[in-house]
Amino acid sequence: MTVPAIQINNIHKQFGDLRALNGIDLHIQQGEFFGLLGPNGAGKSTLINLMAGLIKPTQGNIAIMGHDTVSDYQAARMSLGVVPQELVFDPFFNVREMLRFQAGYFGRGRENDAWVDEIIEELGLTDKTNTNMRKLSGGMKRRALIAQALVHKPPVIVLDEPTAGVDVELRQILWAFIKKLNREGHTIILTTHYLEEAETLCQRVAMMKDGNIVALDTTVNLLGKLPGKNLRLQLGEASLPTALLPMLKTGENGVFTLALTELNQVEFALSELRKAKVNVLDMQLLEADLEDVFMSLVGSR
Amino acid sequence: MNDLITNKNVPANLMDTSAWRGAYMLFKKELFRFWRVAFQTVASPILTALLYLLIFSHALEGHVEVYKGVEYKAFLIPGLIMMSLLQNAFANSSSSLVQSKIMGSIVFVLLTPISYVQFFCAFLAAAIIRGLLVGFSIYIVAIWFVNLPIMHPIWILAFALLGSALLGTFGIIAGIWADKFDQMAAFQNFVIMPLTFLSGVFYSIHSLTPLWQTISKFNPFFYMIDGFRYGFFGQGDISPWISLGVVSAFLAALAWLCLKMLKSGYKLRG
Repeated sequence: MTVPAIQINNIHKQFGDLRALNGIDLHIQQGEFFGLLGPNGAGKSTLINLMAGLIKPTQGNIAIMGHDTVSDYQAARMSLGVVPQELVFDPFFNVREMLRFQAGYFGRGRENDAWVDEIIEELGLTDKTNTNMRKLSGGMKRRALIAQALVHKPPVIVLDEPTAGVDVELRQILWAFIKKLNREGHTIILTTHYLEEAETLCQRVAMMKDGNIVALDTTVNLLGKLPGKNLRLQLGEASLPTALLPMLKTGENGVFTLALTELNQVEFALSELRKAKVNVLDMQLLEADLEDVFMSLVGSR
Repeated sequence: MNDLITNKNVPANLMDTSAWRGAYMLFKKELFRFWRVAFQTVASPILTALLYLLIFSHALEGHVEVYKGVEYKAFLIPGLIMMSLLQNAFANSSSSLVQSKIMGSIVFVLLTPISYVQFFCAFLAAAIIRGLLVGFSIYIVAIWFVNLPIMHPIWILAFALLGSALLGTFGIIAGIWADKFDQMAAFQNFVIMPLTFLSGVFYSIHSLTPLWQTISKFNPFFYMIDGFRYGFFGQGDISPWISLGVVSAFLAALAWLCLKMLKSGYKLRG
């Protein structure tokens, strides 16, 4: 049996009085595309910082590709590439210098240049290799950060909110590249606020809240847990008949979304609307998505 | 790419060599960093030292003879070289660390397999190089104006190395401790500056009252400067062997403290 890419055993982390993580257990297999979801303050970044050895656990242990992050930290860090959430950069260097130095910190020399060139090209940084990090736009800085995390060809790649504040074009370039890396055998761990991203990309998802994992399953199974669909009604000026209020999920600007547990509720909703003489301007039947699962587990909006 | 994924058991010795290559790269990066702004990090301290030389030698020439047969200008130069060397060794490690902490870019080093000892060695070596480079440059410029003997080059080299190592280490400690630029400035202005100015850069402590002579002997900077000066003139306020002992002991103590801080992850790894 192959070693898991990530093995998290009973991890606790306390910052003063704040219990950031309360006993997390999580195994991620090699080659997985794994999503870590949760609201701000759920403990996602704390967990990532622990994997990266940037902070020390209060209790428990983590192994990356079988290497303990404390006792065997050098091998653990060789196996891990982390894209931090913040747009941090070293203002003294241009993109290529920065990547050469970063590869050098991992003990890699000129033999690694071909790989660095490949990342530069894949991420669309070719025109910017001689540009100082300070002079890059936000999107370009983000690309450079991703390149920086990959210089040592880590088998496990962690992306902490990589698409926060990133435009659509870059998001597509990014995902195409990450998917390619995943196909080539890299394990990908992703945290994101964009649930639709996790839905389309991740095979498995962990949802976190208040330092605990509240759901851990394949994306398909999680979506299956909520068999219901959503009915979206556009009613214009009219208000929703009171009989339908218990089903109401959201409602603003005359657009109401009703949560259905069974399909025959559509008929019920329509008859109630007819009785109230409400004119339906538009109507859509939508599948439940990860956001619904997320909201049902993590709480109300 | 797949080779790396399957080859997960990297032999321990290979691991170590590559990690030392990493430390060497960090050292190179630190050199590169100050060299990029050499006008500020090398040229400007040289100019400052020359201004001191010009002003003090003009004001005091003919009034003061510290050592027999040594003109004041000549007496002043080793002190100025050492002062600049110490300040620049300190500035190199401290400003690099505090800046990368504030910018957040320190994370790129913390994510790598570089160990705390290697981290220490890389920052220290870069600080020593900057200190020596500034000191040597001042020497080269100064000998155009002043006839400066060299009696014991080994002592000169020993104190230049120990002094820059001591302040480089001090700089790492200060850089780890400080969270803001103004804390660093306070450190520089309230600790480093007074200790250097009151260490005998501009005078021999024998010209002081007995009380101030005693106080000066508690200042580690005094030993660095006196030992360094001994190398030039073959005379000093105290024996260079005593200075060597005091400076080495201070260096050992600070290095121990610094490594302890780094090992615990104080302010770097929460």
